[in-house]
Amino acid sequence: MADKFVATNELGSWLAALSDQYRTLVPRREGDAVVFQPFEESRPVELDARPTKSPKEAVFPQCEALLTFAYNKNPETPGRVEVAVTEKMGGAPTVVVGGRPCDASGFFTFDRVYDSERVKDLNYLHRREQTLFVSLVCEKPATTCFCNWVGGGPASANGSDALMIPVDGGYVLESLTDSGGKLLEGLSDASDVQTKQAQSVKSAAEEAMDKAPDLSAAQEQLLAHFDDAEFWEEQSGKCISCGTCTYLCPTCYCFNITDEQFGHEGVRLRTWDNCMSSLFTMEASGHNPRPTKAHRLKNRVGHKFSYYPSLHGGNIACCGCGRCIKSCPASVDIRAIVLNAIATPVSQPEG
Amino acid sequence: MQHLEELKQQIKDKLPELDVVVGWEQGFDPLRATPLFMRKPEDVDRLIWNPLCVHNLATYLTGLKGKKVGVVVKGCDSRSVIQLLQEKLISRDDVTVFGLPCTGVVSIRKINRQLGSLDYVEDVELSEDSITVTSNGQKHAFGLADVAADKCGRCQYHSALLSDAFVGEPLTDQAEDDYADVKAFEEQSEEDKMNHWLDVMDRCVRCYACRNACPMCVCRDHCVAQSRDPHWMTQEDSVQNKWLFQMIHTMHLAGRCTECGECERSCPVSIPLLLLRRKMNKEINELFDYKAGTLIDGKPPLMSFKVEEENINERGW
Repeated sequence: MADKFVATNELGSWLAALSDQYRTLVPRREGDAVVFQPFEESRPVELDARPTKSPKEAVFPQCEALLTFAYNKNPETPGRVEVAVTEKMGGAPTVVVGGRPCDASGFFTFDRVYDSERVKDLNYLHRREQTLFVSLVCEKPATTCFCNWVGGGPASANGSDALMIPVDGGYVLESLTDSGGKLLEGLSDASDVQTKQAQSVKSAAEEAMDKAPDLSAAQEQLLAHFDDAEFWEEQSGKCISCGTCTYLCPTCYCFNITDEQFGHEGVRLRTWDNCMSSLFTMEASGHNPRPTKAHRLKNRVGHKFSYYPSLHGGNIACCGCGRCIKSCPASVDIRAIVLNAIATPVSQPEG
Repeated sequence: MQHLEELKQQIKDKLPELDVVVGWEQGFDPLRATPLFMRKPEDVDRLIWNPLCVHNLATYLTGLKGKKVGVVVKGCDSRSVIQLLQEKLISRDDVTVFGLPCTGVVSIRKINRQLGSLDYVEDVELSEDSITVTSNGQKHAFGLADVAADKCGRCQYHSALLSDAFVGEPLTDQAEDDYADVKAFEEQSEEDKMNHWLDVMDRCVRCYACRNACPMCVCRDHCVAQSRDPHWMTQEDSVQNKWLFQMIHTMHLAGRCTECGECERSCPVSIPLLLLRRKMNKEINELFDYKAGTLIDGKPPLMSFKVEEENINERGW
């Protein structure tokens, strides 16, 4: 399919047309943050500043009901109580317009876990299959960007259904999948000049990235530092154990399950959880295998750059968007921790 | 900026008796400082002191209990140390306070509003009263007063109120704080006020950065927001529940909040939380004539008991 073009002043009508068929999520300024919200014609779309939140919620809501339940007495034998369970499955055809290539590729980290041969997370898949991504190519990397360290790129097509490339007067739209092509139907074809400009914007974006360091030793080195308490205490000193890094992360997929019962009825909720929280690993016995923030930050970094890759074909569970760095109240820098783990020689235990 | 070398020397002198001293160093870009944990003399060389040192490092004190800790504080931060001491949450013997005079810190968010994005900061130059940020090849100069945190404009405590070592000349000027922002907000209708909060709370991600950055939020791993047993609060993410948590946070800080503003600064989605804390402080101030953390020998009102309170008419109806 030929590339399409949408002028900046026609963006609204295109998004409005998409909204008739899809839940159309776009970045919008709220306060000083940029968050994904359903498109509204009266509210401007923010395509310059990078979104503060990731579009993770489109596929993996912060809270969802998995099922509802009710206890009822059997009318024949009142001594017997029966449980009625109703499964819930939310989700509607959705398109995310204006996320970045890293955001779209973040879902691959989910897929390897929730769509494996052994495990199929039906609630996740139900949304995943109905969600499309029109990703905005990044013209210039932020100081916190490191997508190219972890296999991505500012114009990467991986995980998106269409790419949106800023050119003079608007955006060139390049379809990458059949579903992506459908989203672009009705838009006018891009001119040769626009297509050429889009190509040069993409290659300039790739070239603007600093050279990525060699992370091949990260998997082994992080494991080798596993028992190095001093190393992790030093790395985690300034961490305040909040969930900002985790909840803004496009690849953090952990959740908690809570049964909330009111009288004889209740709901089973699945909510985001984060490994920075003490309760994340609290066991029913009262034992907590990760009692300190050093243990917990070790897990966050180790999981992304060592344990997950060792289970999933070497793929790092990070898309390099840099949100965890930029929004961290204490400016903890995951890049620095990984590089420190690689650079720090492993101290041999005595004896 | 001034007196940095003197501060470094003071810290180096005391470091042998201490397990760690918490200060600031340069962060991942020239605009961002980040907390620095100094254990060895060479760590001290990384210390910085300038208007980008925004973090209230007193927040780390309760987490370092049992250790001999040094902490570098601005005037506002010192209030948190005092309040923690009054509540016996830290021990005076274990804490060494390095006090500084502060003319104000920069609100990174205000600079973000001016630049549109903080993604491309290449360089920062600071002078006595200005900050010049080079971003995306362009220089942008701001008066420090114009981009200072709101709390700095009404600051009454520029110099650390408590210190074992004070570096620099104490500043004596005091701004007025008549809670004009709270009063202006109070004038709105109940419906408008509620709508405002429901609107801004909607984007909350429940990361609890507001809670964890707060020097006075000491329940940490046992917070009602997440406790499973008892299960005080629903895990449902409705805006009403997010709002309910902020109400709990505000109530738990009654008479304790030192208005450092870390809750608001830490919020990744910029929810204006300090207004809630200030509303409570205004009430406490009117009822008990008390400002948390401003008197070393003060007694927090909620830790004392009077049969008849001067400003509470208990039996007058």
